[in-house]
Amino acid sequence: MRRLLRPLLLVLAMLAGATATAGAQGLVLSLSKPRVTISSSFSGEQIVLFGVIEGGAPNTPFDVVVTVRGPNEGFITWRKQRRLGIWMNVDSRTFVSAPSYLAVLSNRPPSEMADAETLRQEQAGFSNNHLLQRVGTDFADVVADDPFRQAFLRVKQAQGLYFERTSGVEFIAPRVFRATIPIPGTAPVGRYEVVVKTFAGGELVDRSATSLEVAKVDFEQFVATMARDHAWLYGLATALMALGVGFIANIVFRKD
Amino acid sequence: MLYERRHQLRCAGNLRVTIYLPIAELPVNVFTLLAMGIAVGFISGMFGVGGGFLMTPLLIFLGVSPAVAVASVTTHMAASSFSGTLTYTRRKLVDYQLGGMLLAGGLTGTLGGVITFMVLRRFGQLDLFIAVAYITLLGTIGTLMVVESLRALVRNWRGQKAEVRRPGAHPWFLRLPFKMRFRQSHIYVSAIPVVTIGFVIGFLGALMGIGGGFLLVPALIYLLRVPTLTSVATSLLLTLVTMVAAILMQAVLNQTVDAVLGLVLMIGGVIGAQFGARAGQSMKAENLRLLLGLLVLAVGMRVLVDQTSQPADPYAVTIDESAR
Repeated sequence: MRRLLRPLLLVLAMLAGATATAGAQGLVLSLSKPRVTISSSFSGEQIVLFGVIEGGAPNTPFDVVVTVRGPNEGFITWRKQRRLGIWMNVDSRTFVSAPSYLAVLSNRPPSEMADAETLRQEQAGFSNNHLLQRVGTDFADVVADDPFRQAFLRVKQAQGLYFERTSGVEFIAPRVFRATIPIPGTAPVGRYEVVVKTFAGGELVDRSATSLEVAKVDFEQFVATMARDHAWLYGLATALMALGVGFIANIVFRKD
Repeated sequence: MLYERRHQLRCAGNLRVTIYLPIAELPVNVFTLLAMGIAVGFISGMFGVGGGFLMTPLLIFLGVSPAVAVASVTTHMAASSFSGTLTYTRRKLVDYQLGGMLLAGGLTGTLGGVITFMVLRRFGQLDLFIAVAYITLLGTIGTLMVVESLRALVRNWRGQKAEVRRPGAHPWFLRLPFKMRFRQSHIYVSAIPVVTIGFVIGFLGALMGIGGGFLLVPALIYLLRVPTLTSVATSLLLTLVTMVAAILMQAVLNQTVDAVLGLVLMIGGVIGAQFGARAGQSMKAENLRLLLGLLVLAVGMRVLVDQTSQPADPYAVTIDESAR
């Protein structure tokens, strides 16, 4: 049985390899750096994504949409209104699960690549990403022109955590593209998923995904871990540090 | 080529001045932080206030989240107030007896404030409540202090003598039972208003995220009639104890204390506080009170303007804490 299985697997593997190269499609991705490390001098970084489109008819023009999503988090969008002369929060929507970081990069505006329905299905394009809201007792995503949804995207962009770059993907050869993923200094730590979708003739052709990790290292990691796992010790150490600094300063500046 | 060179130079420059804050999770300019620490430290040393009511909004303006800002400022205030307390202790101006009585009420008040904080947050209008509390409190106290000190200045300018304090002229609340003699402060008053003041300061401090020094100093001066410098010194002692307690509480309960942020702030803070304390001692008490009154009033006005003027974007996004 064993003797039979091995050649069978080999044939299967060869078949798979053949389809990847000579077959319809293939999409190979590579990041310039799969891990962004945050040390004390970190103030943001640019990660370059390279992609090669394999197979397909020789002269098909391809469109590429790169979507990078940071770890999901819950958010509340508030709307202020003037009441009794004071601007106060009067209305809110809860976004139960939205990416804490979002970058949508493409070689041209996604609206020119395919029809709106396809784009929405594929979550291709800045405003087409699912942003799950709590609606009553239900969870759903609302229409793209919902004011709270638009405000959420606008505020996140202003905070420098959401990016929309419709010329952020650059073809360096007909089948080879490059995209620069901006990781700001305020980027949340965690695993970021990078999803690449290619379109041709208004249809989705292929998709591929990879991921990159943003993590604290060295001293920053040490401090964060201490604060989380040894809260009492961390608090005591911080308090003692404060008293120490106060004492030293008093000695140094003592006049009398 | 030239552009690249310039770019490299700029990057090298950035490396030296920006520092990544591990808990706040953002890079900031060290010199901005240091300058903020020195400026707020100067004010806190001069008036004996913790400076939280100035530092917290400044940090939020830099992009630090309110939770981390409030928690990290406590370390800065602990260092500043310790340094200040030592200076005043050497000058024998701290009234430990008064401080202890205030603290008894203060710690109880803090607990009550923390509980109220949680209840208000559940109803979603905490921010507004804090803003209204700031406007009301700072506006009232600022106005009272400015008016009183201006009156004193005019009196001095006309060459009139200050009103002589007669023992019988005490207001009713100082004549309540449990009378105590506070030697350092030269007062003989009931313990009830002392503990009550401590309670109110602790309560408001926990609720509004402030040390409460700017409330305590005028309360001691005007209500208990403690001499200005003793008020400042005793208030510093109280700030020190409550802030050390706050560091521990925040570190354990919320894990939002950023030690790196705190360290940069406190280094700036203690330097500023030394100069502030000296500037405060060389100034006349009325001028000191007028300046603090104007400062308190200005912060209150700022909050009022923020709340009544149309925001640039009527929408705001906050992290859903309940989903965490």
